[in-house]
Amino acid sequence: MLQLTTDSNWTELGKYIIKTEHDIVQVRQLIRVHAKEMNMGIIDQTRVTTAVSELLRNMYNYGGGGEVLVETGVVDDKNALIITCADEGSGIEDLDLAMSDGYTSGMGMGYGLPGAKRLVDRFEIKSEKNIGTTVRVMKWR
Amino acid sequence: MNIDLHEKRIPIIKIGNFLIVSIQVDMHDKLAIQLQSQILEEIEKTGAKGVLIDISVLEMVDSFIGRMLSGMATMASIMDASVVIVGMQPAVAITLVELGLEMPGVDTALNMEKGMEMLEKRLKDDDYKLY
Repeated sequence: MLQLTTDSNWTELGKYIIKTEHDIVQVRQLIRVHAKEMNMGIIDQTRVTTAVSELLRNMYNYGGGGEVLVETGVVDDKNALIITCADEGSGIEDLDLAMSDGYTSGMGMGYGLPGAKRLVDRFEIKSEKNIGTTVRVMKWR
Repeated sequence: MNIDLHEKRIPIIKIGNFLIVSIQVDMHDKLAIQLQSQILEEIEKTGAKGVLIDISVLEMVDSFIGRMLSGMATMASIMDASVVIVGMQPAVAITLVELGLEMPGVDTALNMEKGMEMLEKRLKDDDYKLY
């Protein structure tokens, strides 16, 4: 759909693999730790953790798992926590539809992507059929 | 002894007519589904009229756990039991609303004591209706 924002000046904080449901729990807890370390308030910590939890579930259910990259850097003059979730699943055929409220592919019950988008400051998604889906979310600090 | 830490169950305690469930761990999806059926089985077994679910330790409720909780409230009410969710953290409440998740039919109370009062009052009202 669109290009993901990238910058070589970002600092990598961690890279995690999602393979099982337990990985989802573990990684979302680590996301909270990263948010806390960036001195985010408790509400923003909860927002970003919840958003990532939705993304990880999608990755696990539809993409067969994947990889999560956590970075920090400056985006639009703001300090950001940047989380990138990439899977090698079948891709999302209609991104506009998947991003619309209440849409569900059947396995879930909707809210996942649009809900996650509302909880973060920037939301980027790129999906290619049979190659995979990458979602990058950012929360300003 | 062979203990699989991943397979821990969440304890359900019965006091009088009520079941008390205190969720003390960050649940993965399967554990959440397991808890749902565990509570319904316990309602059937004990004839409990109310269920108090304490989520004060939960730092995050995403759409899956939210739906599990509201689904459970609906199922329990079909089995003639009321569910009250107690102790939701402010940050969790804010995030749930922003996420866009509505939880119709779910009653909430600030803490365990208020939740218990709520259930007791409801039970009394129901008894009154019968006569």
